[in-house]
Amino acid sequence: MRFVFKTNYIQDIRPWKDGYQLSLYLFLLALVFSAPWLLDDFFLGELTNVLIWAIAGLGLMILTGHTGQVSLGHAAFLAFGCYANVALIEAGVPFLLAFPLSGILTGIAGVTVAIPALRLHGIYLAIFTLALSILMDDIIVLAEPITGGVTGKFVGGVEIFGKLVDRWATPVEFFWLVLGVTLLVTIGYINLLRAPLGRSFIAVRDSEVSAQAMGVDIARTKMISFALSCSVTGWAGALMGLYAGAFNNETFSVLISIQLLMMIVIGGLGSIHGAFLGAIVVGFLPQFLSISKEYVGAIFGGNAVAIPGLEFGIFGMILIAFILFEPLGMYGRWLKIRTWFELFPFYRKEMFKRQKSYLKTERLR
Amino acid sequence: MDNAQLLISGLANGCVYGLIALGFVLIYKATEAVNFAQGDFMMLGAFVTIGLTNTEYMGLPFWMALPISLSIMAAVGYLVDRLIIRRLFGESQSAVVILTIAMGFVIRFVAGLIWGHEPQTLQNPLAGKDIRFGGLVLGLEDVAVIVVTLLLTIGLYLFFSRTKLGLAMQAASQNQLAAYYMGIPVKQVQGVIWALAGVVACIAGILFAAKGSVDPTTGLLGIKAFAAAVIGGFGSLPGALAGGLIVGVIEPFASRYIAAGYSQVAPYALLLAVLIFRPNGLFSQVRAKKV
Repeated sequence: MRFVFKTNYIQDIRPWKDGYQLSLYLFLLALVFSAPWLLDDFFLGELTNVLIWAIAGLGLMILTGHTGQVSLGHAAFLAFGCYANVALIEAGVPFLLAFPLSGILTGIAGVTVAIPALRLHGIYLAIFTLALSILMDDIIVLAEPITGGVTGKFVGGVEIFGKLVDRWATPVEFFWLVLGVTLLVTIGYINLLRAPLGRSFIAVRDSEVSAQAMGVDIARTKMISFALSCSVTGWAGALMGLYAGAFNNETFSVLISIQLLMMIVIGGLGSIHGAFLGAIVVGFLPQFLSISKEYVGAIFGGNAVAIPGLEFGIFGMILIAFILFEPLGMYGRWLKIRTWFELFPFYRKEMFKRQKSYLKTERLR
Repeated sequence: MDNAQLLISGLANGCVYGLIALGFVLIYKATEAVNFAQGDFMMLGAFVTIGLTNTEYMGLPFWMALPISLSIMAAVGYLVDRLIIRRLFGESQSAVVILTIAMGFVIRFVAGLIWGHEPQTLQNPLAGKDIRFGGLVLGLEDVAVIVVTLLLTIGLYLFFSRTKLGLAMQAASQNQLAAYYMGIPVKQVQGVIWALAGVVACIAGILFAAKGSVDPTTGLLGIKAFAAAVIGGFGSLPGALAGGLIVGVIEPFASRYIAAGYSQVAPYALLLAVLIFRPNGLFSQVRAKKV
């Protein structure tokens, strides 16, 4: 057990607890930075995919994990960011300008959505965003002049300072681009959480009534949360579009929304680590399944048959197991294991007990 | 005459939406949670009945298969509550939302594994018979759908407002702790309501499979039933049916009179409009919240 003696305020609000934690994260960072030399092009591409999903997860985490607003419609904002980015590039805007703009535009779209959604709570908000995600599919088809409708859009590489950055031709450069965005978003998120705004997000999540009593403007806080969340998701969408190369109205279906939400629940709601851990699961599950299918096929002598819906079926089972046995997600499990080692032999199960509340309805009839 | 025909087919479709919405409302009324897998329950009920009745599977007579599949779905509903939902007792509502979505994925996967991904129709005694009524041609299935739905809604409405168990369910949702103090076995009441929701889903599935065809993705129809339940206010059984009928009737008229591409948007646009302007549904049951 290590004790951290805090001797000044700066020490209290800085993002890392002590030198040990700082060195751990610096090590992880060094590992990711050396990835282009450690991995071949295929796995580098997979890692890039994981990072893009992590950015999308961070976006949803702001809204769902830290402000407590469940959104089943974030694929709509992924799509918005993706199409905004491509439309701007096609209009002749350089990528370095188009990319930030696509996120900002998505944020504005998010605020427009947030204004009516502010009146909704819990389940109603979930259904509202779900309907939004379904509508986005039709909206993309109807807005054919911009979006290419059912045929979709193709996007090649982009140029940054005269250097080509393309998923297939220059995977290493593309990896640097994605890693840079990931780092910027993550550092921004860490800073957000120790600023008054991030604290007010958490206050709104834990109890709207007490937050209001403490002087938090709930409507404003939720709106800003929507804006930030959608901006980050928009950037993830733009990167996803570049990564995929081709996309149409079905690329960002409602299933992607649900997958995104499931991802951050598996990773651990309410933690930055959760977005990354969940992204690793989502990113590597398909590969893991196809490899294990080959092994199973080899053992039983049958050829590996494709089972439609297998991925989502397994994903659903993992999620059910997590909600039943580890509601805090993978990050919660890691915290428990770490605490067990730190406090050995004084760890008690009750240390992570969650407060339960009994239901009361708002309906009167 | 054309419009009347559209109206009838819209009503029959709307009844199926209404039945799925009834399932949502039942569970919401008694446990204050929403079962996002209700549409997949319906699909499962349809496939269980197809598996029992159709000649390529077990080939039982329809009227013998009916009670068996109803009781299977009741058991499925009860077990889902007993094994999964009950462990979440006291957790937040959003946990139940995410859990039931995941459950829907698993049900879809299992159904695809057992019955395949081809669309299938239920072989039933009503198939292919028409009633001619002053120039209107009504499929006997459509009529059956409307009649069964009406009877079921009335029955459930009376059950909730008149019987002791129904009142106990309402009490359990209004305040779990107080209901428990009053001697209501809250957990068992929840189990019963999930079984009931399973039965309603099975009926919806049978009616749907009788007049159309089902495949494992049919459960996504549940999203349209959300529109129905939200329009109805998510706490009122007649409201759910009315919402279902509204959505069902709007669909064929929209596809007829609005340009293609815009028409399938109509139910969701209606859903968004209702949520924006009347967040608690047209048949609202919520008054000002007291802190």
